[in-house]
Amino acid sequence: MRMGTNGGLRKPGRNAYPAKYSAAGLFGRGLTSQPWPPAWQPRPMKDSYDVVIIGGGVHGLAAAYYLAANHGITDVAVLDKGYLGSGGSGRNTAILRSNYLTPEGVRFYDRSVKLYQRLATDLDYNVMFSQRGHLTLAHSDASLRTMRWRAEVNKVEGVESEVIGPAEVKRLAPFLDVSAAARYPVLGALWHPPGGIIRHDAVVWGYARGASAHGVHIHQNTEVTGIEVADGRVRAVATSNGRIATGAVLNATAGWCTVISDMAGVAMPVMTYPLQAAVTEPVKPFLSTVIVSGTLHVYISQTDRGELVFGASVDPFTSYSMRGSLEFIEGLAGHVLELMPALTKVRLLRQWAGLCDMTPDFSPIMGPTPVQGFFVDVGWGTYGFKAGPVSGEAMAQCIASGATPGIIGAFGLERFGEGELVGEKGAAAVGH
Amino acid sequence: MRKGPVMILLPCPWCGPREATEFAHVGEVSARPDPGSATPAQWRRYLYLRANPRGWTTENWYHRMGCRRFITVERHTETNEVRPAPAVTADAGPGERIP
Repeated sequence: MRMGTNGGLRKPGRNAYPAKYSAAGLFGRGLTSQPWPPAWQPRPMKDSYDVVIIGGGVHGLAAAYYLAANHGITDVAVLDKGYLGSGGSGRNTAILRSNYLTPEGVRFYDRSVKLYQRLATDLDYNVMFSQRGHLTLAHSDASLRTMRWRAEVNKVEGVESEVIGPAEVKRLAPFLDVSAAARYPVLGALWHPPGGIIRHDAVVWGYARGASAHGVHIHQNTEVTGIEVADGRVRAVATSNGRIATGAVLNATAGWCTVISDMAGVAMPVMTYPLQAAVTEPVKPFLSTVIVSGTLHVYISQTDRGELVFGASVDPFTSYSMRGSLEFIEGLAGHVLELMPALTKVRLLRQWAGLCDMTPDFSPIMGPTPVQGFFVDVGWGTYGFKAGPVSGEAMAQCIASGATPGIIGAFGLERFGEGELVGEKGAAAVGH
Repeated sequence: MRKGPVMILLPCPWCGPREATEFAHVGEVSARPDPGSATPAQWRRYLYLRANPRGWTTENWYHRMGCRRFITVERHTETNEVRPAPAVTADAGPGERIP
């Protein structure tokens, strides 16, 4: 099944929104001191919904939005045990790219970047997408070979990517140490111009606003405690605020995907690892691209406020703990300074951790499960945020039509039983 | 913030309590089917499926910066508290339970 080139995204009617965001509106409300209406409406929880989505992050909210906007299914509840975007959606390093290794992966993430490009218009919400380019550094012959491979797969799929040499790297990122004297000399890089960064909270809030305007119910501080399954079908969801009868449940959680799937009796090939990240004090803008080094397990970008955001590979052991560690910060600082020695005096502002559901092949798990009506959009490892829009669009289609869309056909749970893995380790992770 | 130890100490039967950074995490202990008679489906279940509990789990670690032996411990995956697994007396291979 082919996804429509225009995505079939009907723009919701203007008066459907609580407020139309515009420069004129901002000016007018500035003059009249008229407050903005809330971006999304709190509504009382009903005792049944057509679709219940577990997880109020970018994946869950995007699925709710596209269910309503593309398929007219508006009797939908999105549940989150904390607040919207409190999980992986608010903890990632907000990098978007589509320079993957397998054709399935490249097509999928390219669709996501295309949806992100017009997301601000679709949602009438400024998501601050900055396509500033993405550099993946090669410090060894082996990684240079993988990058050539990735560049060729990308080009065949119509995604802009090319391998460049150290001189060109230096031109794009003058603060990088590309000298041969470096501990891990830069031999080249994969240059991916469509890659960039975005304001991740705005994406979550924009989808929440859009979904709420279509009538979707958003219930924060509502923890799912059980899933009722009878005769192989989902019947209801038990929550901390009461029972909800439903025939369709989407597990769109990250970190707790096995905990939720276990409630429905669906076993998952997933291990949960924390991933730590850190941010520095703001400095003048000097870094106009995203820098990634697999060898040094680090990725760096500079926010619009001037802070440097550092991400890394997952922690060395599984855990549901989101506590930061000193070993991580020591290692990270050393690796960053290998790349940019000029940063020695820059101070870290804070560090944090999020949970990553790692699958054996570094690809997600999407689609139906052996339990009828129980759908999953999980196993998002370290790469979930960038896929939010395409996952939401595809899962909405999957739930609405009952058939798995082609774009996620390769990512089904059954691939692990059939041995048809989609190996993305070479392009999805920095920890190898 | 959840309670739990700031430093994770693993009880190595040969070296005593040592910091987790000295070890490599091997992972959840699961029973390996007989390679000679297992069906491909059984073998893939063993390869890929994990319990991944939020709570106590039994797992193997490799003391790479110490005695270089495999040990089995129980760890709480939310607080990272560690306690010795019952009856840990000998080397455990990766992914194999100590009898």
